[in-house]
Amino acid sequence: MFEIRIHSRGGQGGVTAARLLATAALHDGKYATACPFYGAERRGAPVVSFVRIDDHPIKVYSQIRDPDLVVVLDASVMETVDVLHGLKKGGRVLINSAHTSEFAGYTTFNVDLTGIALKEKLVVAGSPILNTPVLGALAKMGIVTVDSAKTAIRGMFTDERNVKAAEAAFQEMSA
Amino acid sequence: MKKIATGNKAIAEAVKQALPEVVAAYPITPQTEIVETIADYVTSGQMKSRYIPVESEHSAMAACIGASITGVRTFTATSAHGLLYMHEMTNWAAGARLPIVMANVNRSLGPGWNIWAEHTDAMQERDTGWLQVYVSTVQEAYDTTLMAFRIAEHNDVLLPVMVNLDGFSLSHIMQPLDTVEPGDFIPKIHLPHAIDTKNPTGYGGLTGPDQHFRFRWEIERSMRDSEKVIAATEKDFAKRFGRSYGPTENYRCEDADVILIAMGTLGKEAEVAIDILRNEGIRAGSMRLRWFRPFPKLELAGKEVIVIDRDYSFGYGGIVAHEIMAKCHCDVFSVIAGLGGQEVTYDDIAEFVRKRRIGDEFWFGVTNHV
Repeated sequence: MFEIRIHSRGGQGGVTAARLLATAALHDGKYATACPFYGAERRGAPVVSFVRIDDHPIKVYSQIRDPDLVVVLDASVMETVDVLHGLKKGGRVLINSAHTSEFAGYTTFNVDLTGIALKEKLVVAGSPILNTPVLGALAKMGIVTVDSAKTAIRGMFTDERNVKAAEAAFQEMSA
Repeated sequence: MKKIATGNKAIAEAVKQALPEVVAAYPITPQTEIVETIADYVTSGQMKSRYIPVESEHSAMAACIGASITGVRTFTATSAHGLLYMHEMTNWAAGARLPIVMANVNRSLGPGWNIWAEHTDAMQERDTGWLQVYVSTVQEAYDTTLMAFRIAEHNDVLLPVMVNLDGFSLSHIMQPLDTVEPGDFIPKIHLPHAIDTKNPTGYGGLTGPDQHFRFRWEIERSMRDSEKVIAATEKDFAKRFGRSYGPTENYRCEDADVILIAMGTLGKEAEVAIDILRNEGIRAGSMRLRWFRPFPKLELAGKEVIVIDRDYSFGYGGIVAHEIMAKCHCDVFSVIAGLGGQEVTYDDIAEFVRKRRIGDEFWFGVTNHV
């Protein structure tokens, strides 16, 4: 079972990213579950959501304790949240950032999702949309196929710029 | 068609297909998504039903009762305090023999204020005459809701059915959902005692001491008959749609010496614990209790039984544990875990089994209890 924890801030689309990722995995013929951690969410507060992907039906409901992959949609949460907490030895980290960061003992992937969203004019209420471009980056990492990522995005959004942004993230990120 | 859906959406989808003529509901966390989605289906014309937004849960159930007595299919959904607020009316629904279907998203009762999963809310409805079923996956929530209408409306039953799903851990989790075309799986409703709205007539509803017990017995007789109706409905569902259910879901129980019983999502996660224990040489199996009313016959003779209760009766004990002890004439290790959404992992569940003390009670996470 492959376990992913997504860090973001309330309102940034972390839950939707988890849903899209689970849907893409389903299109790949896998089993997947996605869930947010529900607490007292507030817009802008650090939040987490979880995705599990497996070849077999998933029976686990408890929270992910030692993820294989951590996705950070907003690098500023790292000021207050230990995003590496419980991450498996040799696990992977995907960070939305224009800068390159490295974490000892982990493989780090950097991609400027915010820049991509702004370039594609994917902005809602003044905030760049990160949950569709991140699917492109995850496809590049081989978590889901790029075709399934696109199908999942099109199943939820009619605006084709979402797919273009995912494609851009796929191209721009070095895996 | 396969897609990703939450438990709440799965229920709403099943209700859309069962097409009740009347839905009356009041929103409450973590159930709101069910009635919100149904309201959206109705306003967008995807569902030709009457949606009655009411001012309280008591009114929601009263509106369902009023609609149901005219012989139409009805649905509502609630949770926790909302369910308790309905309590007078839930008794009425069962007593008036109305096949109302309700989804109850199990949630803890305040104070202290808590919106997470616990079964004590539904347990407080235990003696009302409602059938109660507890589901453990998004797919099961959908399938069971479809079946609930057929079971409730069957003329050998004519009792309301409550479909229970764990707050957040199932209501809000996204899992694969394979929807079906129900076709004639749910027959047209026929309520033999429906009132004739074209010829309104009033009768005194008083049943005297020489009659009342007969009506009570009729409820019990139908409750007993419902076991056959449930079994037949689940069998036909499996034949048509390929997914089979029963009063319990048994996992590796055949040769088990130790049987673990839980309900809802904990009962599903328990299967992972069973695999771990089996690898350690402990012959354990999981018996996830699905139907709580009518309470099924469980084969537990000669087994060591562990029961996880996500509920409690103060001054007595874990409710499911005590029902099993009384009904199956056995002693159990009673574990109280998951109250108010308390995190319980498969490792924790495996540890309950390893450290079982038959005849004892254990509150998970509480260190100072006797």
